[in-house]
Amino acid sequence: MSVEAKTLEERQAALKGLGTSRKRVEDARFTQGKGNYVDDLKMPDMLFGDFVRSQHAHAYVKSIDTTEAMALPGVIAVLTAADLEPLNLHWMPTLAGDKQMVLADGKVLFQGQEVAFVIAEDRYIAADAVDLVKVEYEELPVLVDPFKAELPDAPILREDIADQKEGAHGPRRHPNHIFTWEQGDKAATESILESAAVVAEETVYYHRTHPCPLETCGAVASMDKVNGKLTLWGTFQAPHVVRTVASMLSGIAEHNIRVVSPDIGGGFGNKVGVYPGYICAIVASIVTGKPVKWVEDRMENLTSTAFARDYWMQGKIAATAEGKITGLWCHTTADHGAFDACADPTKYPAGFMSICTGSYDIPTAYLAVDGIYTNKAPGGVAYRCSFRVTEAAYFIERMIEVLAIKLDMDAAELRRINFIKKEQFPYQSALGWEYDSGDYHTAWDKALKAVDYPALREEQAARVEEFKAGKTRKLMGIGLSHFTEIVGAGPVKNCDILGMGMFDSCEIRIHPTGSAIARLGTISQGQGHATTFAQILASEIGISADDITIEEGDTDTAPYGLGTYGSRSTPVAGAATAMAGRKIRAKAQMIAAYMLEVHDNDVEWEVDRFVVKGAPERFKTMKEIAFASYTQAIPGIEPGLEAVSYYDPPNMTYPFGAYIAVMDIDVDTGVTEIRQFYALDDCGTRINPMIIEGQVHGGLTEALAIALGQEIAYDELGNVKTGSLMDFFIPTSWETPNYVTDFTETPSPHHPIGAKGVGESPNVGGVPAFSNAINDAFRAFGSTHTNMPHDHWRIWKTANDLGLHA
Amino acid sequence: MTKATISLNVNGQTVETQAEPRELLIHVLREQLEITGPHIGCETSHCGACTVEIDGRSVKSCTIFAVQAQGSEITTIEGLGNPDKLHVLQEKFKEHHGLQCGFCTPGMITRAHRLLIENPNPTEEEVRFGISGNLCRCTGYQNIVKAILAAASELNETEVA
Repeated sequence: MSVEAKTLEERQAALKGLGTSRKRVEDARFTQGKGNYVDDLKMPDMLFGDFVRSQHAHAYVKSIDTTEAMALPGVIAVLTAADLEPLNLHWMPTLAGDKQMVLADGKVLFQGQEVAFVIAEDRYIAADAVDLVKVEYEELPVLVDPFKAELPDAPILREDIADQKEGAHGPRRHPNHIFTWEQGDKAATESILESAAVVAEETVYYHRTHPCPLETCGAVASMDKVNGKLTLWGTFQAPHVVRTVASMLSGIAEHNIRVVSPDIGGGFGNKVGVYPGYICAIVASIVTGKPVKWVEDRMENLTSTAFARDYWMQGKIAATAEGKITGLWCHTTADHGAFDACADPTKYPAGFMSICTGSYDIPTAYLAVDGIYTNKAPGGVAYRCSFRVTEAAYFIERMIEVLAIKLDMDAAELRRINFIKKEQFPYQSALGWEYDSGDYHTAWDKALKAVDYPALREEQAARVEEFKAGKTRKLMGIGLSHFTEIVGAGPVKNCDILGMGMFDSCEIRIHPTGSAIARLGTISQGQGHATTFAQILASEIGISADDITIEEGDTDTAPYGLGTYGSRSTPVAGAATAMAGRKIRAKAQMIAAYMLEVHDNDVEWEVDRFVVKGAPERFKTMKEIAFASYTQAIPGIEPGLEAVSYYDPPNMTYPFGAYIAVMDIDVDTGVTEIRQFYALDDCGTRINPMIIEGQVHGGLTEALAIALGQEIAYDELGNVKTGSLMDFFIPTSWETPNYVTDFTETPSPHHPIGAKGVGESPNVGGVPAFSNAINDAFRAFGSTHTNMPHDHWRIWKTANDLGLHA
Repeated sequence: MTKATISLNVNGQTVETQAEPRELLIHVLREQLEITGPHIGCETSHCGACTVEIDGRSVKSCTIFAVQAQGSEITTIEGLGNPDKLHVLQEKFKEHHGLQCGFCTPGMITRAHRLLIENPNPTEEEVRFGISGNLCRCTGYQNIVKAILAAASELNETEVA
């Protein structure tokens, strides 16, 4: 036995486990340009696919003439719906229980819709051929306003299901109506609204936007006809679900399909869904017998795959004269575009919008969401968010501000007197959730103190006086936000996607020499799983994180899991990792006891080894135990040291945080400046503080973009007005501020290591902070609410409407 | 379409290849020369993921045709360091968590490399302005800026020493 001079603390530190700002193992290849993204894949004889897309938002497709395109040298085939129909692949199921055209089947329903798929020898020839396909359209009236969807003269969009009175989520009252989803107690809430001392009302629009990861969506399909195996590489946030869907659609047995997510250049929800490009690449490979690559360009990405938000949220909030909230009412009109392709757990057609009571103890509430078809792209994905949590958080954080104005009360104080108290957890919300844990007052007080909130308010009041006196043209806004998320979907009893329970998994193998590999059902898109999951495991099994390889994304080797989105990786797969580690430890305990010739119960775990109780000099390290498991015949114990865990979480996790933005606004130009941004996050147990901080910086910058300018806008004919990075706002380093991050730590009581997830918190909490700052700047001049995105023009317009330019 | 023969010096190696006059440099680099470090994020010269150096200037390689680069010296991320000796910028990006998904990273580091040659001792503001042609969706730039400033400082120390 080797003599160990190291102290307990040194051994602990050597593990690089929980709480360590461990440097990322992914970075070596990324910094050297050796990442392996889908467009980097190159195979012999590989063909390229490209789409003919509709320029119309609503039209019948009268004819498609592919003659000229087919005559172009290098063009292999042009697929239309007619070619896919015999395979029954001209339509595909969506994640939301609807179906979507893979290629236009008689009509098009949004600008950018896939009409035909060209397969050619290289991407230039494919693009040339796209231009040569002649499509004859008969234009139809266009519906872009969801509030006009059920008027008598509204065009019927989905003629394929016009007569269906029952949809995937209950009755449909009109051909353009998808579902109505209700939660809470309508009668009780309305009764409270009638009798309340104060009721504030507002319609809050969370505009349509897009996750827009820097890498667009793409896939390479390769059908090996000799062995009957299909391999599909692609930008998949949920590779196992893609395999199951591909099997169900294609009829190829699931064991003959291998789906691989290579490195993914950001996802943010864009890469959860199944897109026509994937299906067409598969069909093209089956037809041609060659690998086929499809990678969308940026315009295709912004106009056809996965928009986010587009919720019109009409709210009423009731309170006593002292500001104690007594009821919340919300009716949301959800613009889903042409197909209901929202990526939500099946039973939640509006995702977790019912977390819209937020951080507040609101005894009675009611929520109704109407899903509506319009001539816009399908999607409704969770853009760095857990299924509509962003919409919910934005709604309640705006309603709190609106109520504060009505009560003529400070918005920070209004929040404080309505927070769910620490001793109320686990807290049962009026809309049906059990919040696992929280300590909102502590976080809030820490945040207000950190920014010296009273001083900010004094400065703001002075600024208003200076403005009125003509001494400045700049107003100051203080944006408060206290958000509560609901992430980590989720318990199999109520969370599934296409019937697949939303568990996740981890499989661990300890090698003879004491290093290990762990594979998970999730897939990193920049979150650093290879770094952080090794840390979870290091703390559980006493092997240094540096000696543990983490692998994800290959369905032939990784255990089945539902993937990475909705901040579910750490809450679910992270839990599976800890649980699998504990199984390893349980077996290791028996081996150690055998080696030390004592009873199993006479050894105890200590950092990286089992020690005989009362005899600290007698121990076996995990490394020694691993070696023994492969080299010794141990009675009653199987050789090897492996474990697998499929983890079904008992509840969701509820990360929360307190964000404060301070902004200056030039009323004459609408230009805004972020003076200060303080972000306190409580994500429970912190695995890697460096990575948490990085996630917060990135999410806040997405929030900044959404709140201050980023949108997918349509004109009245259904033309996309923001289809390139010239029009679609992504902040550069120039307009992005430095953020101050902070934390409190309230572990989840039901998660094996107490972690809650953090990746999406800054997007969820950041948007209301920025928007509240802009709105707050105009509060002194009689403005209650203005809608996002708060770009320069809209801010100028607000100032102008308030007479501030006079 | 007729192809032209072009000669380039890429990362210190002279290479000859054939390209149609309309082929973008990024496509020739990635698909013919198998230099896949520079990425395609937009093909409209907005995102900077395809940034390379051409004859001492940062260029978005989706902005020019490959034939326009005839005879020029091109440096990509692959030419900045190697597994045995990373460039200081590569080290600092790792150290300061200046990357997440890694997709913008090659272009960002390549741009930062040229920036520090143009301005060896930049202020934070100059770094922010100097890399503003390169978009990142993950990091919020704060740690990228930190990494570049740290690299500048280390490069300057090395020179003084």
